[in-house]
Amino acid sequence: MTTSHTPAGTIGFGVFFQGVNFGTVWSHEDSGSQTDFESFRRLIQTAERGLFSAFFLGEGLRLREHRGELHELDIVGRPDAQTQLAALAAVTTHIGLVATQNTTYNDVSSLAHRLASLDLLSGGRAAWNIVTTDNAWTGENFRRGGYLDHADRYSHAEFVVRTAKAIWDASEDGRFSSVTAADEYGEVTVRSRVPRSPQQHPVLFQAGDSSEGRDFAVRQADVIFSAHPEFDKAGEFAADIRARLAAVGRPQDDVKIYPGAEIIVAATDGEARDKEVWIREHQVSPQTALAYLEQIWGTDLSSYDADGPLPDIDPVVEELGGTRGAQFQGRQALTIAQGWRSLAEEKALSIRQLVVHLSSKRSFVGGVESLADRFAKYAHAGVVDGFNISPYLIPSGLDDIVNLLIPALQERGVYATEYAGTTLRENLGLRDPLTRRDGHTGREGRGLRSA
Amino acid sequence: MSRQSDTFTIGIELDGAEVRRLARLVSAAETHGFSFASFDDSASAPANGDALVDSILRAAFVSPTTSSIGLVPVSDVIYGEPFHLATQLASLDHASRGRAGFIVRAELDDDAAAAVAWKTADANEIADEAADVVAVSRQLWDSWSDDAVIRDRPTGRYIDRDRVHYPRFEGRRFSITGPSIISRPPQGQLVVFAPGSLTLAADIDADVVLVDGASEAELVRSAASARGRGAARVFAEIEVALDAAGEPARARVERLDAAQPWASASRLRYVGDSDGLTELLTRLAADLDGVRLHVASLDTDLDEIGYRVLPALRQGGVHTPPVVGNTLRDIIGLARPANRFEEAS
Repeated sequence: MTTSHTPAGTIGFGVFFQGVNFGTVWSHEDSGSQTDFESFRRLIQTAERGLFSAFFLGEGLRLREHRGELHELDIVGRPDAQTQLAALAAVTTHIGLVATQNTTYNDVSSLAHRLASLDLLSGGRAAWNIVTTDNAWTGENFRRGGYLDHADRYSHAEFVVRTAKAIWDASEDGRFSSVTAADEYGEVTVRSRVPRSPQQHPVLFQAGDSSEGRDFAVRQADVIFSAHPEFDKAGEFAADIRARLAAVGRPQDDVKIYPGAEIIVAATDGEARDKEVWIREHQVSPQTALAYLEQIWGTDLSSYDADGPLPDIDPVVEELGGTRGAQFQGRQALTIAQGWRSLAEEKALSIRQLVVHLSSKRSFVGGVESLADRFAKYAHAGVVDGFNISPYLIPSGLDDIVNLLIPALQERGVYATEYAGTTLRENLGLRDPLTRRDGHTGREGRGLRSA
Repeated sequence: MSRQSDTFTIGIELDGAEVRRLARLVSAAETHGFSFASFDDSASAPANGDALVDSILRAAFVSPTTSSIGLVPVSDVIYGEPFHLATQLASLDHASRGRAGFIVRAELDDDAAAAVAWKTADANEIADEAADVVAVSRQLWDSWSDDAVIRDRPTGRYIDRDRVHYPRFEGRRFSITGPSIISRPPQGQLVVFAPGSLTLAADIDADVVLVDGASEAELVRSAASARGRGAARVFAEIEVALDAAGEPARARVERLDAAQPWASASRLRYVGDSDGLTELLTRLAADLDGVRLHVASLDTDLDEIGYRVLPALRQGGVHTPPVVGNTLRDIIGLARPANRFEEAS
């Protein structure tokens, strides 16, 4: 079916409606509701106007806690990803709909069924961003509790992904058969319930950055959501992924690479710098800056001045509970604290300035022309297939990107001028799903059999 | 005991609406003035081999293209995660601006049990499990106060933790700490529908009890019994086939049965002309708060009821169509409830 690939020398964009973290400004008058459907509609329709490939929603199955209490400083409260994406499917026509779903606290039967349902409702625009959340603290909201051994998170995730693919493949010409699969955490027998969509399977995204995570991605995924937007690092990352792809016998362009990024664009470089100043001011409040440090220091720092130097006391090592539910954990606290102190001394940074420095590494800031040149360089070098943008404002945070930057990228011939097709697979330039290709048995994998 | 609500609610089940005509059928139902649409589902692959897209996702899909009709998926509560169910339903209520409800499905299903890797409820535990899932859903929906998001710049706080509550629910077969990952639904509490048979077997905290019965008298008796058990609203499940395009209803049903038999579910079945249905519903409106209609064919009966029966009921003062911006609780005549965690404090 789909055999086109990302045209050489172009990039695409995705957008991540975050719903967590201090990257989204809430204290400015232009900041809209985080839960009202209109915020989602406005953002996704802007993205579609800008020919974005995909719209992402995250998943967090327990509200973040900071030092043992509910974390109050960041935006919080998000809808179930697939429910929201099904609603958004009705008000969009081309953009991909990506649901982050973990493989630990979702049963594979309902996960595969709901993703296939979303894929049908959207006419082949669904995707699954696979994550492996396994902590017992999140497990307190689920039947099995924290049943999964951390060491097994990738092997279990891969089991779940293989089983989901087998369930999708157990639907053929309106006939549904069943799949039996087992790993050390149990056996399931699942009958497929819906036809495959025009793109056959939902597209699979994966974000793990460890060596284990990268190997998992090249075995199973279609797109990697990377953490390396800087040009040199993006190049190293792409080379690493291509080598791993070759090792598993997949073509070098078989997995697309989309690093996460923040884009602050204005008419000129100067205006963009001014814009960045007020964005940082709103993102990193004094309280947020101190809470950021408390994750490492493990103790109350509220008596410190956020606009002053870093604390002179050492972290309270191994105290439980930095900010639970954040990716960032207070491991190796002493080493990190020492590194931050020397960085702050070297650059003469206050606490707040240090936090801004540490948290804006994925940012592209500039005037339209200079940013367009910068992105064109990525496109020409082929080190990424696109960027997944986290807007700093909801719902207007893509307006300048779509109105200013994209036309400039199109003028340079590095951004599409129309959607390539109607399915996400077509618009990302992906081949057929791995299990649907010639020569594939469709039934690979440990412990899988079909009836 | 007679009708409790000022309004008589008329819902229609949209089972069988495939994806490609789903939006059209829901829009037609809304235009006709039906109070709500329900979306059937099962916990595993349907025995008849039909494809069935997840009901909550179907309801979500039509939420942005409708503005007055209630959206009520049927959802299994036995073979899934209660936390996910509550969150998905709350999200549906947000996406539809307060027009969501759900029909509790709690039926033993061996295929669904085999599809998960944990021990599911056995036959004796089903009803209690359903009661626990409804109870924890209600606690999760209330786990954020309406004013939890404060956006307080001086203190840097987006949310006030004192206005977010941890249910720490301990059920018979599962426990959930909470709180919900999404703010309180627009309706505060979604409208929960439960079959009468289930409310007989366990103490289900439902807003609407759905009663079956092969005759009008049986329906009235079941309604009285449900009210005796504390039901705020009682709706009857009724099957309908109308005369259409010159073909008598009975002949139509025979013709349809030849292709695919219309399985009877011990429900009152009305087969006849539109005037007779208008009269039946008018009589039922004396004792019941509403009906959920299961039609022989959506392609025909939806429009027949919409063009011939609903206008007559409207003129007779029996039924009032929903209006843009109303919630499902508004449609059914239920107040927006206070938050249980605020009452307790």
